[in-house]
Amino acid sequence: VIISNCRRIVGGTGEGKTLVTSQPINFLATVNAKAGTITDPLHELYCKSVKGSVLVFPHTIGSSVGAYAIYSLKEYGNAPSAVVCSKADITTASGCALANIPVVDLPNGIPLSSLKQGLKARVEADARRIVVGFS
Amino acid sequence: MELARDEEKALEGNCGEVLATAYRILVAIGEATGAKKLVPVKWAHVSGVNYNTIGDGGMRFLEKFSTSAKFAVKTTINPMGYDRSKPEGIPQNFQERQENIASSYERMGAKPSFTCTPYEVFDLPQKGTVVSFAESNAAVFSNSLLGLKTNKESALSALASSVTGKTPLSDLRLEQARNPKIAIESDFDFRTELGYGLLGYFAGKAVKDSCVALNSVNKLDTIQAKALCAAMGTSGTCGMFTFGGKAKEKISFGKKEAQAVMDELSTADDADIITLGSPQLGINELKLLAKLTETKKFTRRCIVFCSRTIYNSAVKIGLAGKIENSGADFRCDSCTCLTPYVTKDRYDAVITNSVKGAYYLYKSNKLKVALKDIKTIAEEYTQ
Repeated sequence: VIISNCRRIVGGTGEGKTLVTSQPINFLATVNAKAGTITDPLHELYCKSVKGSVLVFPHTIGSSVGAYAIYSLKEYGNAPSAVVCSKADITTASGCALANIPVVDLPNGIPLSSLKQGLKARVEADARRIVVGFS
Repeated sequence: MELARDEEKALEGNCGEVLATAYRILVAIGEATGAKKLVPVKWAHVSGVNYNTIGDGGMRFLEKFSTSAKFAVKTTINPMGYDRSKPEGIPQNFQERQENIASSYERMGAKPSFTCTPYEVFDLPQKGTVVSFAESNAAVFSNSLLGLKTNKESALSALASSVTGKTPLSDLRLEQARNPKIAIESDFDFRTELGYGLLGYFAGKAVKDSCVALNSVNKLDTIQAKALCAAMGTSGTCGMFTFGGKAKEKISFGKKEAQAVMDELSTADDADIITLGSPQLGINELKLLAKLTETKKFTRRCIVFCSRTIYNSAVKIGLAGKIENSGADFRCDSCTCLTPYVTKDRYDAVITNSVKGAYYLYKSNKLKVALKDIKTIAEEYTQ
């Protein structure tokens, strides 16, 4: 499956398994950069590692310092390979721009739920598309 | 987004690595917010100062960045982790790293304000001025109550604006986004600043837009406004609210919704320590606190967080002394959120009136919180 006409927010290509949540992420308060895991027991991705994934989430919430938390994930070698948002926000865009993590957001009318959990996916930000389920 | 020729050159690296990095960030946030161009900013307020928030990764980035970066516009900075004049109980390791971060910002030319309430500390520009505020309570306050124009910036996007003097013209910097599509209707009895905090948290969580209308709120005093703005900035994406408006879609906030926020964030009934100040307290709040605790003593340890500037003013007019007589301790340059003064090793739970403070104490510091309004705190914990 190819999802085209995505918006390119940060250029580049990254691939990994999809890690999908419909809940927003607060990168400052609920992500442990040293471990690469989500630490909020109330979050769908609790205890999951974002390392090497194609991380799919609606947008970030909360602290403006979340951008540094994204950068720190990269510093500790725990960053996702690529990020897909339903609507990329300033925290995601700036943190990923500094950390060189490719980011796209989905075209109007394509819900996050169209990306299933744990599938191999490649985000080609410059081509504005996501390739899902290739072998 | 279209860049001017000099901006394009800087992005390509012709003006050095610092500006290339900054423009790369501005282009990414410009794409994300659908901007067509960059415009000048008059003032950047940068977050990411507390070592507990940016860690070693952030510290090392700033150390390197600041060797050649210089702020191009007025740049003020958020609180750090602790008060350098009161280092007792703060690990040496933390102090050294915090000092490293503070020097990086000062080397770039920051005003060492260490405040999350720049709107109470610095002279304010005219209404309509484009600024870039990363601290979320300051962004919401400035857009909603001061008529300044900022998006809900990130630590890095505000930093990019501080070294370039530019920001994307998008979102809350355009009139369209400042007209809310969704309104919160409320029959809640707002008797305390905590009530407004609960409303702010609820509104931020319920509305995914940049701006929300608050139909049942007509005016706010500074204390209520700060509680509301901080909570709204914490829970969601809203960077602004309006008093009423023409929004057609309505969401109601009543007793039930307020209780749901309390159930989420207020996880204790009592605690051994009280923290006041997220956002850092202003003169109005200090006056109220002095009045509520006059001739009384706190029965719990109480830390009052405020900026150095506000503290110095409070000392001059005898207000700080009155509060210290009640047994409360001041800590400047820092705040409730992610401070090493309040850790799980030392305390099980914290009493505070700040919804934002409660969120970070609970989510980041893993402490339980008893949320109570300031009058209740003064009644229950002084004698």
